Amino acid sequence: MLHTITISLSSLHISTLMPMIIVILGGLGILCIDLINKNLSKSLYVMLSILVLVIDLGVVLGYSGPSRGMFDMILSDGIATLGQIIILVASMLFIPLSLTSKRFHEYSHPEFFALFLFMTAGFQFMVATDNLMLIFIGLETASLSLYTIIALHNLEKSFEAAIKYFTMGALAAGFFVFSAMLIYGVTGSIELHKIAKVIALDSFASQLGLLGAVAFMFAALGFKLSFIPFHTWVPDVYEGASAATAGYISIVPKIAGLIVALRFFDIFITAGNEWVYNVLYVIIIITMTFSNIMALVQDSVKRMLAYSSISHAGFVMTAVLVNTTASHNALFLYWIMFTFTNLGAFAMLWISRYKRSEFSAKYDHPYQKFAGMVTIKPVAATIMAIFMLSLAGVPPFALFWGKLYLLGAIINSGNTFLAILMVLNSAIAAYYYLKLVVFMFLKEPDPKANVAYMKNASTALKTIVGFSAAVTILAIFTIEPFLEMISSYVVASGF
Amino acid sequence: MDHLLSLIIFFPLFAGVLGFIVSKDSIKAYGISIATVEFLLSLALWFNYNPAGNNFQFVEYFPLISAYGINYHIGIDGISLFLIILSTFMTMISLIALNIEKDIKNLVITILVLEMTMVGVFSALDVIVFYLFWELSLVPMLYIIGAWGGKLRVYAAVKFFLYTFAGSLIMLIGILYLANYFHSVTGIWTFSITDWQLLVIPVNLQIILFIAFFIGFAIKVPMFPFHTWLPYAHGQAPTIGSIILAAVLLKMGTYGFVRFSLPLFPDASVYFTPFIATLAIIMIIYTAMVAFAQKDMKQVIAYSSISHMGVIVLGTFALNAEGITGSVFFMLSHGIVSGALFMLVGVIYDRRHTKLMSEFGGLASIMPKYATIFGIILMSSVGLPLTMGFVGEFLSLVGFYKVSPVMTALGGTGIILGAIYMLNLFRESFFGKSKSKENEKLKDLNKKELMALVPLVLVVIWLGVYPKPILTPIDSSVKKMLNLMQLKAQTPEAKERLLVVKKAKEAK
Repeated sequence: MLHTITISLSSLHISTLMPMIIVILGGLGILCIDLINKNLSKSLYVMLSILVLVIDLGVVLGYSGPSRGMFDMILSDGIATLGQIIILVASMLFIPLSLTSKRFHEYSHPEFFALFLFMTAGFQFMVATDNLMLIFIGLETASLSLYTIIALHNLEKSFEAAIKYFTMGALAAGFFVFSAMLIYGVTGSIELHKIAKVIALDSFASQLGLLGAVAFMFAALGFKLSFIPFHTWVPDVYEGASAATAGYISIVPKIAGLIVALRFFDIFITAGNEWVYNVLYVIIIITMTFSNIMALVQDSVKRMLAYSSISHAGFVMTAVLVNTTASHNALFLYWIMFTFTNLGAFAMLWISRYKRSEFSAKYDHPYQKFAGMVTIKPVAATIMAIFMLSLAGVPPFALFWGKLYLLGAIINSGNTFLAILMVLNSAIAAYYYLKLVVFMFLKEPDPKANVAYMKNASTALKTIVGFSAAVTILAIFTIEPFLEMISSYVVASGF
Repeated sequence: MDHLLSLIIFFPLFAGVLGFIVSKDSIKAYGISIATVEFLLSLALWFNYNPAGNNFQFVEYFPLISAYGINYHIGIDGISLFLIILSTFMTMISLIALNIEKDIKNLVITILVLEMTMVGVFSALDVIVFYLFWELSLVPMLYIIGAWGGKLRVYAAVKFFLYTFAGSLIMLIGILYLANYFHSVTGIWTFSITDWQLLVIPVNLQIILFIAFFIGFAIKVPMFPFHTWLPYAHGQAPTIGSIILAAVLLKMGTYGFVRFSLPLFPDASVYFTPFIATLAIIMIIYTAMVAFAQKDMKQVIAYSSISHMGVIVLGTFALNAEGITGSVFFMLSHGIVSGALFMLVGVIYDRRHTKLMSEFGGLASIMPKYATIFGIILMSSVGLPLTMGFVGEFLSLVGFYKVSPVMTALGGTGIILGAIYMLNLFRESFFGKSKSKENEKLKDLNKKELMALVPLVLVVIWLGVYPKPILTPIDSSVKKMLNLMQLKAQTPEAKERLLVVKKAKEAK
């Protein structure tokens, strides 16, 4: 006999769900428009997507209701807000990259934009909850859309990338569910704040089950955040996806994954579980070092950037490891700076995308293609070089400040040895970023090649590149306001 | 004149950006005029500088990241004042002598950006601002060596960049650690050197931090055994790159010792003196011997440059007024003399496209003006009295004599060895019979080259005969710094060493 349960609508706090509802409705709206008229230009959909994201951002920023809603499943604390801001702004900056001057297969389908918005909603779900099931749903929504978006690029390589990513992602999803199951078995809950309480009371009485759960979680998050040894999909997926999508993959899914990792590992590191701490430590060091070494030997700029993004993810995970307020601030600052720099770098690759590849049968963007770029397109070469120097951490460009603040936070927490390992890695990393600068500035252009660096350029793309270059160069003046915003949100949510 | 120093820092950058608009045929004239204005501005700095005034003058301050204590804090004292003038002067001279045609626009703009970073390094009082300019200076130099250099230019440029970049990252750790320590003691976040100087740091921590800073600076100087990047860089760099590298960029390392290592870590400086002095002496003797073995004129000068930097380091770690004042003065004279030598080698290389000594001979009769100028500069380089090179070298060694006569004697052999290889170079190339017929057609210095070289010769002689206008401001700043170090010293050894300093001062 079932009892009727009455729930008042007001106790649900539907407003906590509003940000996701808006983008999903936006995506559905785009599909409906397509039903009515099939011949609309992609520029319409780009603008509609941006507008939906702007409205969403406004709602996220303006939200001042209770922090929990929808049966306590949605959690909109400071970290969730901050994560959503980064996701939405990054999405807004990436979607105009589809306004290319060349035609590409994916942008002629309005479904692309609907999928893009659904994906954004998925990532928002991931950051705005501490319920493992809802995280899983968000993760899957976003990932499934992303696989499709990659495949829509409609090259053989893209299908390969999408299938590879899908298979790996499915495995990771399985791990995630396994982890959640074990955690539920041990603690009787799938909500992180309740799990934390049980673990604190229990003092690891049920070690084995919990550790199993953590191990599965390592694998699941490791796939998403591309930690070594779960990184094998990264270079191929970047290679197969369009440069615009690859840039997006390097930023938005990672910040969502980082926030989940932050919420999850915080429980164990705060509880003083040495096993988790040590494993995380080792994984971070391996991730930074190996990806840097792999990046050294790449022939393609895009693959190099793929390995570089693995290394940056490892770098920033140190903030989760040391787990202080300053390090959490540093994590977000680093990622914001990384967003602008990487956005610029991938947008530059996207601009130089050329259908016929004259230098290499394998790659779209081999180093050789950029040889002597400074004599052909000095301004473009200078801007690209600035992005590379920023990635390498040369002051005064954007990522240096993220690195400075992160290293400062790590030294503050007493992990000087870790900081030394990190700077040694930065020194290795400088070499491969420099390699592109060397090709652009120090080599003679290939006389045979009829290179068209700006083939794919349009006003929209140039604006995005200009904007990210401006932020990268003038970063020093943006650090103060960013830090204020970040620390107010981070402190508000008690991390 | 409130913002004179900022103007001097950012004027070349601004001019460099505008330079993109200037047409290619006029860009050299544009570069020279900008560099001249910049030089005149830096002279204005000198005339407005008051040697009896505050420790740091022309101070400017505004917060950049106040939550973390990073401020735009600049100012100069007697030590940095002349290094700034050296930077602007050598930039101007090297632009006058410039005769590269390829991509000249990019080159001139790069030089102007480099000039900004050099002046910035010497005027920063906030460590992060210092670090910012310090790192940024690598980028233009990378481009200069890599784009206009010789055959192995890319290798040389990348090696230069990576070496110094790795060293300065270690220094960054030291900087952040010290800032963190400062915060934990005082509760204030700051990166201002003027605040840091007042902090007494426990000796153990001083030693660790000293090492971190030392790695950063030693690679830049470059000290033995980190010196291997320099011969490559010089060997491959175009003349203008070598001039600026030898004249100014290397001085950033020794300036770092004087500005940061000594006042921040007095006890560690005393503690490490024997070690560093040993390195410096190895550097002086070993590189002098290597220089003697070279066949390429430019390599001789490159190694002699390292050898002289050894004397500078030795003088700095004498930790007394004579030694440090002498070493700062030697930085200036080495800047001018080695810059001039590289320029002279560049002159002959442009005519003959070889730098091998064995190719020349008898140049004295073919190119008398060239030989005269080369001779004067060379004499200064080996430290002949009444030339600029003598004053600095002598004072540095006198300073260290008070610490250890034996080590000073060993360091002094560098002067003798220097005389041997330099005179050998002069004999091989300028006297005797010409070894190649091509030599006989060589033209003597033209007007443009004379315009660049004669001022250098005049400065070398002027400051050799009458160095007082420069020595006095340097000396007063050095003494202020030494007083501070003496007050902060904790270990008995350091107290004793730095007390000698004081006695010496009173004896005067």
